[in-house]
Amino acid sequence: MSDDVVKAGLPLLQVTTVREGMFGASGSGDTSGFGGLVSVVPVPVASAQPYGSYFDEIYAELVAALPTFNSSAEKAIEKIVIAHDEMTIYVHPSELVAVARTLRDEPGLRFELCLGVSGVHYPNQTGAELHAVYHFRSITHNRRVRLEVVAADSHPHIPSIVSVYPTNDWHERETFDFFGLIFDGHPHLTRIQMPDDWQGHPQRKDYPLGGIPVEYKGATVPAPDERRSYN
Amino acid sequence: MTDTYAGSYDTTEGRVFTVMGQDWDTITGNKAGETERIVVNMGPQHPSTHGVLRLILEIEGETVTEARCGIGYLHTGIEKNMEYRHWTQGVTFVTRMDYLSPFFNETAYCLGVEKLLGITDQIPERANVIRVMMMELNRISSHLVALATGGMELGALTAMIFGFRERESILDLFELVTGLRMNSAYIRPGGVAQDLPAGAEEKIRETIKSLPRRFKDTSDMLVDNSIWMGRTAGVGVLDLAGCMAIGATGPILRATGLPADLRKSDPYCGYENYEFDVITKDTSDAYGRFLIRLEEMEQSLNIVDQCLDRLQPGPVMVEDKKIAWPAQLSIGSDGQGNSLDHIRHIMGESMEALIHHFKLVTEGFNVPAGQAYAAVESPRGELGVHVVSDGGTRPYRVHYRDPSFTNLQATAAMCEGSQIADVIAAVASIDPVMGGVDR
Repeated sequence: MSDDVVKAGLPLLQVTTVREGMFGASGSGDTSGFGGLVSVVPVPVASAQPYGSYFDEIYAELVAALPTFNSSAEKAIEKIVIAHDEMTIYVHPSELVAVARTLRDEPGLRFELCLGVSGVHYPNQTGAELHAVYHFRSITHNRRVRLEVVAADSHPHIPSIVSVYPTNDWHERETFDFFGLIFDGHPHLTRIQMPDDWQGHPQRKDYPLGGIPVEYKGATVPAPDERRSYN
Repeated sequence: MTDTYAGSYDTTEGRVFTVMGQDWDTITGNKAGETERIVVNMGPQHPSTHGVLRLILEIEGETVTEARCGIGYLHTGIEKNMEYRHWTQGVTFVTRMDYLSPFFNETAYCLGVEKLLGITDQIPERANVIRVMMMELNRISSHLVALATGGMELGALTAMIFGFRERESILDLFELVTGLRMNSAYIRPGGVAQDLPAGAEEKIRETIKSLPRRFKDTSDMLVDNSIWMGRTAGVGVLDLAGCMAIGATGPILRATGLPADLRKSDPYCGYENYEFDVITKDTSDAYGRFLIRLEEMEQSLNIVDQCLDRLQPGPVMVEDKKIAWPAQLSIGSDGQGNSLDHIRHIMGESMEALIHHFKLVTEGFNVPAGQAYAAVESPRGELGVHVVSDGGTRPYRVHYRDPSFTNLQATAAMCEGSQIADVIAAVASIDPVMGGVDR
């Protein structure tokens, strides 16, 4: 597998998914030739300035204001991706709280509302498996922006922004519950949806899904991730 | 006879007694120097907790000193399940999240998927008008339940009867248009599943004409009613700063006087073409939220009326046959099924049409890799969907920012320091739907 990825000219870290064949089936004696297809889905590449829309203003304000909040653009901003008329700022985890505070307090930015955090698990992105995605909305300027922070599975720690946006209290608990992301500094990071004694984090891609035993000649209905499927 | 559930045990914080009712005298007095804390568990199976919400209240007499929510009793793993179904099947799941506002869940999801597909501008006008119409009818039915259950929880049983009676007439319209009263899976990526059936426009017009008179029953009974105001005015107060910190949106935010409404500030589905007012109050309390819901229903009726005028004949699905769901249904002698014309075409006339139908229904369509966020103004506030695709035929990740989930965090801020009875009024005014909270 890794050979194919290298062939495509991408190091493993920058691959979201590698897809083989046409129908997700293997060992079926495929004679169509489509079984040999390999397609690589890379992670989004950084966009170049100008970003268009109001995104350039957000970027300029953020870069100018970050030093006031004990951070800087070089330290905080990893890359900026513009897609589907939406701006995603990839932020270094250590600077997340400073960036969030800048977004909230800087008059030119003024993102009053944080719309929570959503986790995404990319098992193929070695060293950057867990992503925390934050959406913000400014009522003052009627703008939206997205922050994305990456953590490795081996060290799933991201600073909590509950001190800046108290609304993220439950959202961070939910993301911890489902992905195992640990938000350092959260006042009481406990499970919120699953029972307190639950094992594992169900929204991770490697979380085992149970099949259903059927009382007929020992048959079982396979788990959804083990069924034949399109890909 | 001793109760097996009642008893006492030692903890690091002192001795904890569990009482089940009528056994308070079995508790022996405190030792000198010990303080007494009473923690009451309200719910999750309690008629006034709005579904399976568990409230954990620490009380001193009748006063609540601390309030916490326990949620998760209705968690069904919808977001996980969607990762194993194709994009169109996802609609069938999201419609079941917040079960009182299914069309908002469906629309938000479809807007996200359409953004990733890059077909937002290709959605036919008629489909957009139908979406807006269904959403606004849904807003009325959802607000009616909020008033009905809220009234019931405060002892106004007639409000409950009125609310559910009026809601039934809206659900009849849903059944007429989609075939189902709830969980319709009607709005699909690319448009809507079916065009309006014959006679639907007249029926909708008839219903919205009769509704204002019936809303008046509720408003005559509760507006300026001294008992109702005594229970709700000044109760569950959350000011603008509190709303911003907690992330509360919808009627809670508009009750602070801020006209925040995504339909105006960030229009989708052509909302910029409709005339309506954003209702605000400046009381920041449960009574203000009640008045907002009441007046928003009238605005929604107004929008539905404009929708009916805007309806022009035309397609209700995008032209792209790689995305458009082949839902040519009709009613036969044995019930609803694929229309005979469509069956004749794919089974008798065109092998390619059969292949295409089969591929689209079983495999679905590929959505380009990327992520998008789409938000709609649901009856409870900003309903946001974060959709991630890895280029496959199934969602890689779908996350709902459900307003009930976020707004419910306000419980502690609204209730601490008030009476137990006010907790009920405050939670009812948040109007959380546990299906949306837990997903």
